[in-house]
Amino acid sequence: MATITTIELILLTVVSAATPLLLAATGELVVEKSGVLNLGVEGMMLVGAVSAFIAMLTTGSWALGIFAGAVAGVLMSMLFGVLTLFFLANQVASGLALTLFGIGVSSLLGIPFIGLPIEKLPALSVPFAGDIPILGPLIFGQDFLIYFSVLMVVVVHWFLFHSRSGLILRAVGESHDAAHSIGYSVIKIRFLAVMFGGAMAGLGGAFLSLSYTPMWVEQMTAGRGWIALALVVFATWKPGRVLIGAYLFGAVTILQLHLQGFGVQLPAQILSMLPYLVTILVLVLISRNAARVKLSAPACLGQIFHPNS
Amino acid sequence: MSVPLLELKGITKAFPGVVANDSVDISVEEGQIHALLGENGAGKSTLVKIIYGYYSADVGDMAWQGNSIRVTSPAHARQIGIGMVFQHFSLFDALSVRENIELAISSGKTGDELSEDITEVSAAYGLGLDPNRDIFSLSVGERQRVEIVRCLLASPKLLIMDEPTSVLTPQEADNLFEILNKLAKEGCAVLYISHKLEEIQKLCHHATILRHGKVVAQCDPTKEDTRSLAEMMIGKALKPPSYNLKDAGESKFAVRNLSRSAVNERSISLKDISFDVCEGEIFGIAGVAGNGQTELMEMLSGEVLAKDNAVIRIDGVDCGRLGIRERRKLGAAIVPEERLGHGAVGSMSLIENAFLGGHQRFNLAKGIWMNYSNARNFAKKTCDDFDVRHAGIQVDASSLSGGNLQKFLIGREILQEPLVMLASQPTWGVDAGSQLAIHKALLDLAANGTAVLVISQDLDELLELCNRIAVMFAGQLSEPHSVSTLTAEKIGLLMGGAHPEAA
Amino acid sequence: MTWLTPVIALGLSLLAGTIMFYLLDFPPLQSLYAFFISPISDLYGVTELLIKATPLAIIAVGLAMGFRANVWNIGAEGQFTIGALTGSALVIYFPESENVLMLPAMMILGVAGGMAWAAIPAFLKTRYNTNEILTSLLLVYVAILILSTLVHGPWRDPDGYNFPESVIFQDVAILPVIVSGTRLHLGAIFAILVIATGWILFSRTLAGFQVRVSGLAPHAARYTGVHSDRMIWYVLLGAGGLAGLAGIVEVSGLIGQVQPVISPGYGFAAIIVAFLGRLHPLGILFASLVLALSYLGGESVQIKLGLPLGIAGVFQGMLLFFLLSCDVLINYRIEFKGTRSTDSRSSA
Repeated sequence: MATITTIELILLTVVSAATPLLLAATGELVVEKSGVLNLGVEGMMLVGAVSAFIAMLTTGSWALGIFAGAVAGVLMSMLFGVLTLFFLANQVASGLALTLFGIGVSSLLGIPFIGLPIEKLPALSVPFAGDIPILGPLIFGQDFLIYFSVLMVVVVHWFLFHSRSGLILRAVGESHDAAHSIGYSVIKIRFLAVMFGGAMAGLGGAFLSLSYTPMWVEQMTAGRGWIALALVVFATWKPGRVLIGAYLFGAVTILQLHLQGFGVQLPAQILSMLPYLVTILVLVLISRNAARVKLSAPACLGQIFHPNS
Repeated sequence: MSVPLLELKGITKAFPGVVANDSVDISVEEGQIHALLGENGAGKSTLVKIIYGYYSADVGDMAWQGNSIRVTSPAHARQIGIGMVFQHFSLFDALSVRENIELAISSGKTGDELSEDITEVSAAYGLGLDPNRDIFSLSVGERQRVEIVRCLLASPKLLIMDEPTSVLTPQEADNLFEILNKLAKEGCAVLYISHKLEEIQKLCHHATILRHGKVVAQCDPTKEDTRSLAEMMIGKALKPPSYNLKDAGESKFAVRNLSRSAVNERSISLKDISFDVCEGEIFGIAGVAGNGQTELMEMLSGEVLAKDNAVIRIDGVDCGRLGIRERRKLGAAIVPEERLGHGAVGSMSLIENAFLGGHQRFNLAKGIWMNYSNARNFAKKTCDDFDVRHAGIQVDASSLSGGNLQKFLIGREILQEPLVMLASQPTWGVDAGSQLAIHKALLDLAANGTAVLVISQDLDELLELCNRIAVMFAGQLSEPHSVSTLTAEKIGLLMGGAHPEAA
Repeated sequence: MTWLTPVIALGLSLLAGTIMFYLLDFPPLQSLYAFFISPISDLYGVTELLIKATPLAIIAVGLAMGFRANVWNIGAEGQFTIGALTGSALVIYFPESENVLMLPAMMILGVAGGMAWAAIPAFLKTRYNTNEILTSLLLVYVAILILSTLVHGPWRDPDGYNFPESVIFQDVAILPVIVSGTRLHLGAIFAILVIATGWILFSRTLAGFQVRVSGLAPHAARYTGVHSDRMIWYVLLGAGGLAGLAGIVEVSGLIGQVQPVISPGYGFAAIIVAFLGRLHPLGILFASLVLALSYLGGESVQIKLGLPLGIAGVFQGMLLFFLLSCDVLINYRIEFKGTRSTDSRSSA
């Protein structure tokens, strides 16, 4: 019996560790499919995390906390959207600016709240189902954001590949000039995609401060925004593979925590490097086939669209 | 008398620095194939983009089936029954035929239902399209058919075709004419933009001729000969330069069994290409775009290296493994297909652009240092010798017109007194004056003993310049033919992949 | 025009800063004074400004080269850290040495360490086509964890009361102070040399020309005989080496030992410096002073008014935002020129 609970616990923590990545990467996937590269995921997650935490602490409502996280992410992403889509600024530089700005803003907003405790996001309970061994708590005992993250993968897949709006979004990412010449509003579509990405990154951050930790620590995302960006490449821009990738990374994160428990004699810092090193390794494995990446990447990714040419 | 389908009155449209359309009047009847004839830059594309709602006219009226109308957007144009096939296709490479069509129609049909419609229309006009294929796997001709089907599904009353045959083989063009004739018989009007006189005579019922944005003539093209049409179009009597081509000397540029595997699914692999370009000769490579010319040029210039050193030889020196710098030092000059972004950097000055292509053979760099004053002199000499009209050599290259920039690039290479000149699409999209100047410069260069290679899609250009022509198809190069033995029909067959000598 | 936008951006940031102070219920004018004026109102303050500008300028010159060539190394923070570690290793393993060559050797090792760390993304990019933005950034976290491993373990000073800090460097391992009575060290001279060299390299040499062409038009770079892989190696090694130099200069000139935190985010702030300086060495000189002031100002308002330190980061982010959005003016200028002259082909 003891081993079953250990496995159960480990699987539960894997899911938790994967969820912020899954949320942020699913959002970024839609953004990139529309042809925009927003490197500000880390910044949006941080501001989402701190906003969600403050809202939860001051109102006591986890629903408002989650909502605040999403709204904060959207507001951040709108800054990026205005800069890159209307002012035609370089997307790489603007994304970096968004991250630096997000680090600053979140630490500024979060000062009074460092170390304060809140109650963890409650699990949505399904009667009886939670009693099923192993799978019970895993599938039926999770909190809202975990279900939401998996649901969004399905929704985004359906949207991109089975809806007309998704087709238009993909077309904009493939060739903005062609889409423009048919008469689609490239900027409007991209702006909406960027906002969706912001909301999802904000939710990813909210999950960190409301459920995963749950508290506010400066720069608590610790590079998860960047790992989410890498996940999109890893998934070759397919939502289903983002799900697989996020759970793999969740497993690596948890493995690192448990290795010491299993008697691995390495300093904690070395083990903490694992997720970053694995991310780099995975990026290398995916990118080495340049032709395939080029075929699956949206053709206009990162390019500036000049509306009047 | 019946009301014309489309009537334009006094359409004027100006862009900064140029009046593209100057009070243009046109009237198109139902079932009429109406040619819009003019040189590059005469204002044809702007005019049809106004009709299609892509631009709005500054001044002027438009009437559709007798009622005054302002087309506000391409979607609006499609809604009232105007379809357009663009010169540069507005297709999405990574999407399927069906998805591409779904994006551009407003019927709201999707999925299998739409696929059936596509198959049906495609069969009715003999287009043979599979709705599930991805665009990048289609040939240029097939891509054009996707655009045509896309328009036909909306049952248009007017179909606008912008230079549709510029990317087609003569045989593919004939197929297109059949389709257009069938459409016209069914009552659909066609507005047909071209500068190719023969096809207009063959196809069109009426022609409107534009020059510098103005309508200069209206005529029935079947009652004119090509010469009179050309004179209306260009506005002066045509005199192509005539030279006595000398007998070719020894081989200065030799390619032997050059192969290259495709980089990805969208590129062409090259198979066993061999040819020689001799001293004093202009050797032409014809072919429809996308048959491996770009891939070949990259290897000839040295931007991409061959696996084997012996496959390319400049003046007897093996150089397949040598980079572009070393090939320049051996005597190669290179004019790439793209002017801005390849042959020149748009946001750099003419001085720096002179340096870009000339610093290896001229004394423009000393060790690690750039020699600005030498570069300045070189840029100035290029502009003076080749009549490049510019506002000072310190201005950005992007401020030059296409023709002037091309003269600058050709001049920059010619001044290096090359043994071998490799030029790809040397007159693509330049004005007639610059075209004549560039042709003359290339002929002079060959007359002085340089081996010149010209890769072009423009058959007329090749027939005018070259001693010998070979045709590129699907990554293979045909046997070279002397121009005196070549007919347009024979080249056409080669361009379509047939082997006339075997037949 | 190009040089006007940074000034406008700075002005707008000041304005936004005023509003922010007001919203946070701090007296705006007093806060602005505490942020921008009082830190540099005496000689000591000015030297402190130069001390902070030194690493920023050194790193930014390297980054600017890369950005010009379209190589997006954003992991300077990691290269800075590794450079500081490889340079310091000499002291850690020869703590008694009085050899006068110690200092130059440390500098060389610092440069080499930064280069080695930047070589990883360069190798992965050229060999496996892996995005350098993500790899260089992820390596920052790895570098900081290496630093943490060392100061908590093998490099911890045995006589240091168990603090996670190395031994304090002996005199031959410390960069000399150049203005007595202040902390301003020789590193400032290094920064000026780096800027001057960068400027000459950039505007007068073939290599600088090739870097510019690579960024503006990759095809044209190939056409003029630049190997894009080699270019990636050069600019990444250059930027890494300079970041490594900045790292060892910071440790040997200012801190005097290895600590768990050796950079308040200089590697990231240098990205802003590079852009604010229009990717030009001379501009970087001024931009590094502006960003240095944002650090000093942040500390100053923290001490004087009790404002959180994060305000420096907000100011830095805003500056970059305003800069990028002010560029719209220039973008539109290019746009008009472009539509007039480029033919249909190049825009298609």
